[in-house]
Amino acid sequence: MAQAFPFSAIVGQDEMKLAILAAAVDPRIGGVLVFGDRGTGKSTAVRALAALLPPMRALVGCRYACDPADRSAHCDDCATLKGKARPKTHLVPVPVVDLPLGATEDRVVGALDLERALTQGVKAFEPGLLARAHRGFLYIDEVNLLEDHLVDLLIDVAASGENVVEREGLSVRHPARFVLVGSGNPEEGELRPQLLDRFGLAVEVRTPTELAQRVLVVRRRDAFERDPEAFTAEWHAEDERVRKRIVAARKHLNDVRVDDAALERAAQLCMALGTDGLRGELTLMRAARALAALDGDAAVADEHLQRAAKPALRHRLRRDPLDDTDAGARVERALQQVFAT
Amino acid sequence: MNDAPAAAAAWADAVWAATLCAVDPHGLGGIALRANAGPVRDQWTAVLRSLFDAQTPWRRMPSHIGDERMLGGLDLAATLQAGRPVAQRGLLAECDGGVLLLPMAERLSAATAARLAQVLDRGEIGAEREGVAGNWPCRIGIVAFDEGRDDDPALPQALADRLAFHCDLHTLGWGHVGDAAHRAADIQAARARLPRVSVPEPIAQALCATALRMGVPSLRVSLLALRAARAAAALQGRLEVEEEDARLAARLVLAPRATVAPPPSEEPAEPPPPPEDESAQAPPSQDETQALEDRLIEATQAALPAGLLAALLNGEAARSAGRVGALSGSPRSGRPVGSRAGLPRGGARLNLIDTLRAAAPWQRLRAASAPPGRQRVHVRGSDLRIARLQQRAATATLFVIDASGSSALHRLAEAKGAVNLLLAECYVRRDQVGVIAFRGRAAEVLLPPTRSLVRAKRSLAELPGGGGTPLAAGLQAALGMAAQVRRAGAVPVVVLLTDGRANIALDGGPGRARAEADALQMGRLLRGAGLSALVVDTSPQPSAAAQKLAQAMDAPYRTLPHAGAVELSAAVRALPRPAH
Repeated sequence: MAQAFPFSAIVGQDEMKLAILAAAVDPRIGGVLVFGDRGTGKSTAVRALAALLPPMRALVGCRYACDPADRSAHCDDCATLKGKARPKTHLVPVPVVDLPLGATEDRVVGALDLERALTQGVKAFEPGLLARAHRGFLYIDEVNLLEDHLVDLLIDVAASGENVVEREGLSVRHPARFVLVGSGNPEEGELRPQLLDRFGLAVEVRTPTELAQRVLVVRRRDAFERDPEAFTAEWHAEDERVRKRIVAARKHLNDVRVDDAALERAAQLCMALGTDGLRGELTLMRAARALAALDGDAAVADEHLQRAAKPALRHRLRRDPLDDTDAGARVERALQQVFAT
Repeated sequence: MNDAPAAAAAWADAVWAATLCAVDPHGLGGIALRANAGPVRDQWTAVLRSLFDAQTPWRRMPSHIGDERMLGGLDLAATLQAGRPVAQRGLLAECDGGVLLLPMAERLSAATAARLAQVLDRGEIGAEREGVAGNWPCRIGIVAFDEGRDDDPALPQALADRLAFHCDLHTLGWGHVGDAAHRAADIQAARARLPRVSVPEPIAQALCATALRMGVPSLRVSLLALRAARAAAALQGRLEVEEEDARLAARLVLAPRATVAPPPSEEPAEPPPPPEDESAQAPPSQDETQALEDRLIEATQAALPAGLLAALLNGEAARSAGRVGALSGSPRSGRPVGSRAGLPRGGARLNLIDTLRAAAPWQRLRAASAPPGRQRVHVRGSDLRIARLQQRAATATLFVIDASGSSALHRLAEAKGAVNLLLAECYVRRDQVGVIAFRGRAAEVLLPPTRSLVRAKRSLAELPGGGGTPLAAGLQAALGMAAQVRRAGAVPVVVLLTDGRANIALDGGPGRARAEADALQMGRLLRGAGLSALVVDTSPQPSAAAQKLAQAMDAPYRTLPHAGAVELSAAVRALPRPAH
């Protein structure tokens, strides 16, 4: 893979960067959807994340890179290892898997191992992209152009954390817990509401209209293209800081206190916006906690809720076709109401 | 274009675009060339070809290419022969380091355009298909030939945004063309120089500011302009971009994309904010940058076609053309429903397990007759099975809205509301929608079939009311759009919102009797075409005319006052959809 643009060198787009970091700290937040104008660095940010994530510990020889610490989520192969006291482990990079457009279903879910079927006549399972994305990120560029049956499949797996393959005479199930990251342009077509709701956070990116910022973007991109190595080295220290922040936040995450007052605030906010179901509140709490952890704060404060509200709630508002107001503005309005008291 | 200097300038610019593109094909993405097939385009292509080495890959890609051939996949013949999966490079990978020509690029589906865009962004192809995973380098420049007429859809935006140059040669005659000003050797020298060319701060700033003032929001375009300027400097043998290069870049990259007319020069332009002190360089003096920016804008202005500029000055934003809806009825997608004997050609997918199953009974026989070797499984062509796929045919709901003054005016808002509610339904089902409005003398296609709720909403919000009721024209437009939808492989459903009181005949003449006769005639044509339709009466009291029309169309009839959104959407859902 070609060298990625350094994450910390991305100009502006703070909401997008924050959402991606929050999802990296707490995968339970459930994915990020980045929607917006062309040429705003949507894919750049996601691909940059891959280079930023600290490596994870995995069982040696496991095709799904099972987590040695979490026995409940082991695949069938690793579950049989239970007897052994200390299975071997090693550090592997966190997978950030790109789902290319035009990928066929068999490569996504996994299929019969062609080579072994053809040469030995053996029926064996060859894991697909979902298996490779286990414990990492699955990135779909132009998510709104993805074929419908693939979208259905991804929704199902992302929700259940398990990939069930029943095809070509195979019957296999394996864990597939990944953070779904999608990006797209609304002009190309909308996402179905069912899919929209599966993403924990949704951010909208706009082309910056301020000249100085635009010049900066163009110049940095130009510098990167002329000499990727030197540019990456220049930003290495900054990227390292972000990485440390993620590591610290992950450790700290479970110690962050969530007071009743904060819960109440979150509930008020969701009520004021009339979001359906509890998913909105849950995601808002988790995102606010991840932000608090990133800031190194001991408890979730109003300020974290305020920052988390827009990405956590904007895609869950009941769609009122007669009200053309931007969803972000509606969240903003509700924030002012709730926090004014 | 009879205007000789303008034609000569257009040709010269197209040659410049070809030259700069040859210096940095992948960095600049390529060229979108609007020209019909013919000697002018052939000459331009020959000029472009002469700028590259003889061994540079040079491929044409038909717009109906399948994923397998485009991205790569399993090479079936080699796989069977070798007894192990053999991956095959696709057309794009074969083209690495060269130029890809796209004839009839305006017909590209959004999905194909998105694949090309991904390749341009990443410089490599990641294919995950049919049992093989491959990664091939793919640094290409794309030349997209847009052969569209005025009302045809334009290039898919995702692709157009990534191609640095947009040239227009479709009005040029043979008398206007010339030869290349550079040779392949010059280009080689420029390529070697390119990585060392630097861009001074004021130039970068001026290019960005110009883009902003011309109403070109995409940052990618600003970056492309900067790269074009660098390529120009490299070509001139300079190691630093100068104003001349920036002017050329602005003219070639920014001018064709302008959406607002730059403010007239006598009006003091908004001073750019002082640059952030990002680099150690001292910020250039404001006046100097301003002057440079003005000169760049001047350069772009000269390149704007006269008619366009006038239209821009009138405040008419250039209407972005629609695009041929993404083809969804292809044999390549859908859910598998069994298999049949056949060769996996033309995008059909091999069903491996059934193929092996078909080969299984013959193994012992074939092994006995085959030459001894390490081949374990003997598969013959007659064993091959391909998957049969079935896909839910997409529906396109076409709204035909009466925006006339007769009685709809005061109910137009309600009609819009009803359509909006139906739109939300359409999106849950992933239907496409199209919007046609009729008022005054004619009908207008407000929105070609699309899945974008954003665009549908916008087109509705902008819909004015008033004028006569050319009902027949509206129905005729619906008929045309329905035919278009069918060609794209979807099933059209027409929802007509009107009070039925037609008073403009099909030929644009007034007269209630004639107009109503025409409308009924068109209604019968719609029925004859086998279109499912729904008539929603928007008049305050049920109108006899609308009922009669519904009868002629053999369509269910609903009245707006009584039909709530829920009932309307149920009615649309209940419409019969002919199997397709």
